[in-house]
Amino acid sequence: MKLQGKHIIDASDLSVGELNLIIDLALRMRANIEEFSELCKGKILATLFYEPSTRTRLSFESAMLKMGGSVIGFSDAETSSVKKGENIADTIRVVNNYANIIVMRHPREGAPLLASQYSEIPVINGGDGGHQHPTQTLTDLVTIKYYKEHIKDIKIAICGDLLFGRSVHSLLKTLSRYPNIEFVLISPSELRIPHHLKDSIIEEHNVKIYETTSLEECINDVNVLYMTRIQKERFFSEDEYIKLKDSYILTPEKLKYARKDLLLMHPLPRVNEISYEVDIDPRAKYFEQAKLGVFARMSLMALLLGRGC
Amino acid sequence: MLKVTGITQGIVIDHIKTGNGLKIFNKLRLDKLDTTVVLLMNVDSKALGRKDIIKIQDYTDINIDILGLIDQNATINIIKNSKIISKTKVEIPKKVKGLFQCKNPRCVTTVDNYAISEFTLVPNEGKLQYRCNYCEEITEYKL
Repeated sequence: MKLQGKHIIDASDLSVGELNLIIDLALRMRANIEEFSELCKGKILATLFYEPSTRTRLSFESAMLKMGGSVIGFSDAETSSVKKGENIADTIRVVNNYANIIVMRHPREGAPLLASQYSEIPVINGGDGGHQHPTQTLTDLVTIKYYKEHIKDIKIAICGDLLFGRSVHSLLKTLSRYPNIEFVLISPSELRIPHHLKDSIIEEHNVKIYETTSLEECINDVNVLYMTRIQKERFFSEDEYIKLKDSYILTPEKLKYARKDLLLMHPLPRVNEISYEVDIDPRAKYFEQAKLGVFARMSLMALLLGRGC
Repeated sequence: MLKVTGITQGIVIDHIKTGNGLKIFNKLRLDKLDTTVVLLMNVDSKALGRKDIIKIQDYTDINIDILGLIDQNATINIIKNSKIISKTKVEIPKKVKGLFQCKNPRCVTTVDNYAISEFTLVPNEGKLQYRCNYCEEITEYKL
């Protein structure tokens, strides 16, 4: 299994064996960060963020800095040569001379794949429109492994925007490859999972999927509850957004019916879908999840740079 | 009776469903070729009743994928020295590149000239449904 030099555009670019390799190294890093503090010394990460994303960008930057590497890049297309009309391929060819690894976020779906076709150094997809977000998926898997000790025999409810949510699509496709995973998909009917995605994961992995519009109906029966926000930027109309944004709000009252060992996750940022009172519930692990995201990205970058061990 | 002679060298696209001949002619941009091209419409056919035929003299480099998208019943005959040297039935192409646009307005192929739209056929009862290799959205090809 060799990850060195690979592009990571979609979580499906990684086999289950490679995913487990990344997860295990991430958890070793979490257990003893000092041991890895010079792992990427002399390496440069280029962060090419064509749309704002504080969390993902800072997480990648923090990950590289924690391993002794350096970071260059832009966090807004307005401040880069993109504004002058430079295309993705030219930007990538130039950045190849400046860095050892690239992470790219772009509002256009498929942009990181296009970038990878012109890059000799690894390109990591940091999110492309409503399409894929593989390192969020890695973060989610690391979190599940950390709190549940294994990634199998899990009933996971995913709630919110299942149509546009990139974290959700990536997570669904990837978790489906693990043994005995059952999904409960909770969404307004307007934001249900796309048919092609549902059909393909059922066909390929024969997973059980139950779709519902009610959070209350199934909260007592799942091991993991993964909340997502209704994303304003994915809507073409403000009216549509306002109509759907408050569809699901998780409160302490609703959580009373959940299992004691529930793992409550959220990719962040949240708007109002988890009320602030829930934060002190010991089952709420979304801030820990964000922390584990740094280790997931450290592990991935180290392995792509041939520095993982 | 209108008579059109055979070609000595080139390609004959035969068994085209009536009405598709002109569509194929336009899609292949055969009006741009600097060679003899014949489009026959509503020709008598034993198998189809009526059919269209396209004959192109001294030229064989056509995009077969386009034919597969428009008319899967057509056949392609390659002619050399006035004889048919190969006969191929058109099939629905499994992969297509640059022939139509992705319907997803957020797809990178709709804005970046380097990203030429590429699709993979999604088998669905003969429907021309293609998954974009970039954004994975499905576009149904319609002429």
